[in-house]
Amino acid sequence: MYPRQALIAIRSVMALSLLTGLVYPLAITGLARVLFPRRADGSLLWRQGKVVGSALIGQPFASPRYFWGRPSATVPPYNAGSSAGSNLGPTNPGLLKAVAERVQALRRADPAHRSPVPVDMVTASGSGLDPEISLAAARYQAFRVAAARGLRLADVMAAVGRHTRGRFWGVLGEPGVNVLELNLDLDGLGRPGAR
Amino acid sequence: MNADDLLQCAVYLAVFLACVKPLGAYMAEIYEGRVPRSARLLSPLERGLYRLCGVDPVEEMSWQGYAAAKLLFNAAGLFALYALQRLQHRLPLNPMKMAAVSPDSSFNTAISFATNTNWQGYGGETTMSYLTQMLGLTVQNFVSAAGGMAVMAALIRGFVRRQSATIGNFWADMIRGVVYILLPLSAVLAVLLVSQGVVQTLRPYAAASMIEIAKDSRGQPPAEQTIALGPAASQIAIKQLGTNGGGFFNANSAHPFENPTPLSNFLEMESLVLIAAALCFTFGKMAGDVRQGWALLAAMTIIFIPLLWLGVASEQGGNPAFAALGVDQRAAPEQAGGNMEGKETRFGIASSAIWAAATTAASNGSVNAMHDSFTPLGGLVPMALIELSEVVYGGVGSGLYGMILYAVVAVFLAGLMVGRTPEYLGKKIESFEMKMASIGILVSPACALLGTAVAAACAAGRAGVSNPGPHGFSEILYAFSSCANNNGSAFAGLSADTPFYNALLGLAMFFGRYWIALPVLAMAGSLARKKSVPESAGTLPTHTPLFVFFLVGIVVMVGALTFFPALALGPIAEHLMMAGRGS
Repeated sequence: MYPRQALIAIRSVMALSLLTGLVYPLAITGLARVLFPRRADGSLLWRQGKVVGSALIGQPFASPRYFWGRPSATVPPYNAGSSAGSNLGPTNPGLLKAVAERVQALRRADPAHRSPVPVDMVTASGSGLDPEISLAAARYQAFRVAAARGLRLADVMAAVGRHTRGRFWGVLGEPGVNVLELNLDLDGLGRPGAR
Repeated sequence: MNADDLLQCAVYLAVFLACVKPLGAYMAEIYEGRVPRSARLLSPLERGLYRLCGVDPVEEMSWQGYAAAKLLFNAAGLFALYALQRLQHRLPLNPMKMAAVSPDSSFNTAISFATNTNWQGYGGETTMSYLTQMLGLTVQNFVSAAGGMAVMAALIRGFVRRQSATIGNFWADMIRGVVYILLPLSAVLAVLLVSQGVVQTLRPYAAASMIEIAKDSRGQPPAEQTIALGPAASQIAIKQLGTNGGGFFNANSAHPFENPTPLSNFLEMESLVLIAAALCFTFGKMAGDVRQGWALLAAMTIIFIPLLWLGVASEQGGNPAFAALGVDQRAAPEQAGGNMEGKETRFGIASSAIWAAATTAASNGSVNAMHDSFTPLGGLVPMALIELSEVVYGGVGSGLYGMILYAVVAVFLAGLMVGRTPEYLGKKIESFEMKMASIGILVSPACALLGTAVAAACAAGRAGVSNPGPHGFSEILYAFSSCANNNGSAFAGLSADTPFYNALLGLAMFFGRYWIALPVLAMAGSLARKKSVPESAGTLPTHTPLFVFFLVGIVVMVGALTFFPALALGPIAEHLMMAGRGS
């Protein structure tokens, strides 16, 4: 009996591999290509015929003219080819040191601003690629960005508003501001038709 | 815990509990061999698979035959997955020219996926070709889940049948699980996920010229941003539904391409307990008394809710050490607040902590936030849910048969207390059943604790630890608990992709799966041979609140007595340290 069962085992691994490992994923790929082509390919953002990033993947920003995203634990930061979190435990001295340094960096970039720093600006995201920051983090940085660009705070906050996503049905998840799209928008401000 | 957190928890529970009855009833029909009209469309596929595989679906198997078929099938699958990883550099659909996976990592991943653990020793986007993800990991996600559900169906037949030498046909159960349950649900979920932005493509990784050309610390301008892509949605759908959990990308469901929006998160989070919870109803329905299924579901939910609350509340409480650094951790309409290290903005606290509880209650093991960076009590919750032997919903099939082992023990203990003959669902529970239940319950804690002890005592084990102090011990304890109970999530700071951990954790996964499944099948065989005892005044009812709480007590007691000393050395010690420092 067992040799026959072993033969069935081999045949069923092959048959089910064909079904669930080739037919199924290729059918979904085809369907995705028809229904949601842009999203299936990674929600890529194009400017002047070039890919400048993905709407879902953050990028590193360091200039005071740009909104900064969450700290990233990948090497180098925002390495979209190798996602990772910091995996630092809550009592790890390395975590406290990193947070203290990030608070200081934000303070140095905007010395007049003394209010406490929103926690998401100084803690690394889970993927290292988080495309969003909290509304509080956007508001905190808006002063610095407005000053560096010579824009009115209200205009910067209006741009923030354009790239803010709410909770789903007002309940699920948390609101967020897409940093890359916001920065692209700011670069386009005052250049009509640039988009 | 604030009102938003509470509302999200309530919505989460309400939605999957509402699906239990319709899905459970549907699955009962499938395993009883009656295909409902709504699913007849798939019948040609079922028949075609029988023909391709040479299966006669009405041929009945003894428990030994059933177990042998399952083991042979797993062995063939394991070998295929190992070979695929070792040969991926010579095979097509490898646009990023990934090299062959190392032998020890391939061994670990093959066991991991064949046992439905899906421990992620590998980094998806840096190790695996598209072909390996599809033909290897996706396939095992389907069949290991279907295998667990098949054992469950066989155990139910053991209770239902009278004086029967057989418990069903493994091949038919497994193929029906894939064709009628897992495949249609996955296809629907995969398309929904793509609509949210989960990638599904065979194109090579994209290259983006970044907006700001900031020089890095060595003064080098950055190269382009390489954006990893792949056929992810089709794999993620089944990884959630089949309580598998091994990610397409390294960061698992924290990665924006694996889980891009609050809605995708909600769908993935519901999927990971959906089938496991609904099988409780399937059990009751097939056993001819749906109250028995509801009683087990109630027991699971009673354990789940307080741990869910503890997890969300601990994470929302944040890290006391941050306050002195000038960090704002308060929850407000403009920010989630709380402990955001290792969490994504779009999920915040509630969606991350609910996921952590759900993924470890169900033996899924996918993560949308890094458990290693949770607060000590927030991290204790997933660890504790794993260490309760994955019976709170648990793996598809395996969670419920684990819970039934506990129910058998509970009936036996209750019988001893009041001097009645222990019976469950009309079958006498005798010494053979008790032996099998005891083996099934004790194997995984033994693997978890012995493995932890060995790793903590060896230099090779301690070398993998990334955090100092008790947290480092927690990393080891979590790894072995997770593998021995076939969960697969991790305190991921542990560098586990070493020959030492790949081998030891591989063994823990192997024993943790088969040394429960085999006693369960043996018990099913023994029960099927028995006569059914008619219900009498002396029968202990097993659907009453009294029995539910008794069962909860047994599960919690066994888990707590086994793991409390180890937990005291890890998360509890760390919590006391943190609380002391913060005040």
